[in-house]
Amino acid sequence: MKRSTVHGWLLLLPAFVLLALFTHWPVVGTIWDSFHATPKGSRPAPWVGLENYRVMAADEVFWRSLWNNLWYALGTVPISIALAILMALWVNSAMRGRTWLRMAFFTPTILPMIAVANIWLFFYTPQYGLLEQFTRLFGIAGRNWLGSPDTALACVTIVAIWKEAGFFMIFYLAALQSIPPSLAEAAAIEGASRTYYFRRVVFPLLMPTTLFVMINAVINSVRLVDHIFVMTRGGPNNATSLLLFHVYQVGFNFWDTGYAAALTIVLLVVLAAIAIGQFVFLDKRVHYQ
Amino acid sequence: MRKTWQVAAAAFAAWTMAALADTEITFYYPVAVGGPITKIVDQMAADFEKENAGIRVKPVYTGTYQESIVKALTAHKSGQPPTTAILLSTDMFTLIDEDAIAPFDGVDTGAYYKAFMANSQTGGKTWGIPFQRSTIVLYWNKELFKEAGLDPNRAPANWGEMLQYAQKLTKHDASGNVTQWGVQIPSSGFPYWLFQGLTTPNGVELMNAAGTETYFDKPEVIEALQYWVDLGRKHKVHPTGVVEWGTTPKDFFERKVAMIWTTTGNLTNVKNNAKFDFGVAMLPEKKRRGSPTGGGNFYVFKKATPEQQAAARKFAQWMTTPERAAQWGIDTGYVAVRADAWQTPKMQDYVKGFPVAAVARDQLQYSVAELSTHDNQRVTKALNDGIQAALTGAKEPAQAMKDAQAEASRILRSYK
Repeated sequence: MKRSTVHGWLLLLPAFVLLALFTHWPVVGTIWDSFHATPKGSRPAPWVGLENYRVMAADEVFWRSLWNNLWYALGTVPISIALAILMALWVNSAMRGRTWLRMAFFTPTILPMIAVANIWLFFYTPQYGLLEQFTRLFGIAGRNWLGSPDTALACVTIVAIWKEAGFFMIFYLAALQSIPPSLAEAAAIEGASRTYYFRRVVFPLLMPTTLFVMINAVINSVRLVDHIFVMTRGGPNNATSLLLFHVYQVGFNFWDTGYAAALTIVLLVVLAAIAIGQFVFLDKRVHYQ
Repeated sequence: MRKTWQVAAAAFAAWTMAALADTEITFYYPVAVGGPITKIVDQMAADFEKENAGIRVKPVYTGTYQESIVKALTAHKSGQPPTTAILLSTDMFTLIDEDAIAPFDGVDTGAYYKAFMANSQTGGKTWGIPFQRSTIVLYWNKELFKEAGLDPNRAPANWGEMLQYAQKLTKHDASGNVTQWGVQIPSSGFPYWLFQGLTTPNGVELMNAAGTETYFDKPEVIEALQYWVDLGRKHKVHPTGVVEWGTTPKDFFERKVAMIWTTTGNLTNVKNNAKFDFGVAMLPEKKRRGSPTGGGNFYVFKKATPEQQAAARKFAQWMTTPERAAQWGIDTGYVAVRADAWQTPKMQDYVKGFPVAAVARDQLQYSVAELSTHDNQRVTKALNDGIQAALTGAKEPAQAMKDAQAEASRILRSYK
């Protein structure tokens, strides 16, 4: 073997060991576990083949969580990205007090999710909550926002958007500042309107950032479930149960680790499929400078 | 210099010898509220060490009940469980099924309240020693009672009265929106527990003592759920949908509701934060009085050495002697777990100054075990989902309970 090859592998080794130990090995272990029943007491787990997956197909809460998660993703991903771009454009302009504005937008990101959930819990509180006091001005009152299945999912979705939009804004702000001002000047000389300039110049130049943010947003839409524990615990009647929350419940409330492993695998497959899709299809539309 | 080293080495040797001779027990405990309670527990552990030379207690604060059982069971599965832990009394079957705990053999449990032992014994063995236990009571706002023309010193005695009172206590603004509800029974998180405050008075138990059968679709259960649903949907004296457990005391402080059902564990909270005169009463009766018990027990883990187990059993008994049970009840608002604790001078003084503290004790004679079965959390979730489906109007009470029972039977079939 050539010396440089050895060098190369040695340089790769630390990252490789960490990835293998904490990512690849657990994934393989989880796949293996998903074909076993749950060990009870000192009895080892018997091989059950695909039974865990058959149970899943008949598990109403799983399907409910899957649908909820789809709506949650459809709510959080586009809205938080749109908000992030808007906020970034705003705080990128030369105006007074923009440092304060940037900080205000970024604050939700710094707060721990549990604290955020507790704040929003009181926003949504019936009768004297902030939202209720506001809607009362318009004569709409008596809503139980988190306590009724029609509104609960939308409520937790809004919390997630509020939490992550500010974070994505930072990426867009960085991207906006890397766009050379000469482009704006050239557009102005050519007589392009501001919307045209944004649509044909700024937005395409932001595409690499958008791809990155979108992948993160999709992952977050599966990962960001902390507030569910505080605000609704998946209720009412599973109206806000998301996939990861369901996995936690099966794994650490019911202690059905075999089934939880099978659910995790499904989660993994779905996420991998989305990520590959995003890279393969969106990459073609992304313009790297 | 050399001498110093010799002295140090000798001291170190003596210290290790002493440490080896000592039995160390790790003690996982959850607290719903942090701060002073953790201090009390640490102090109690230190006092125990002083009185019992040779035993060292290492208290580990493990968060909420849910986090604590996750930590304890994960530690058990990795081979390093705590010696003893305070976990929910309803986790008994789960811990037995995981083969995680050892019974309290040869420990006399006669002094503890029978209602608390119901969730601590099965199959002729004692698996838990009651420690921080609670029950559900009704809190009412005396000022709002006066405003509504009710006797401020009398709580509703039965279901019919509770509805009548609630009707008088519900207020609307000019546009017809409710500004003050009559009564509020929380239904987020663990609605099954509060539901037992309705099913028990209606003369029905939700499960058998062996934890292998449930009776969610009995007519009395459906009737109890119908009463709860009707309070909101038919009589409009109770908020519709799911009522948040965590904000219910706050709703009470804000005078948005005149009567609430919540745990006795909230007594100190209400005492400190209610800016009005309030009363505490047993839950209203239907066919009988009744309420479930709740809260945490001492468990001893099986993988600990026999010496550690013996030390842990001693610790559990020491922590629940009459004086300490009384002090713990006064400090926290939990119900002192044995009758003789209420006879101690300290407790009698406390009750004289704050008589409502004794309501929970008096209710104990009517109390039943909290819902607990094999595969407990899953069975409980089936019932919780059913209750929430009925309260939010997604299902009729009869259908909701039938579905919950079908699910519970399916889960429990392998434990028969």
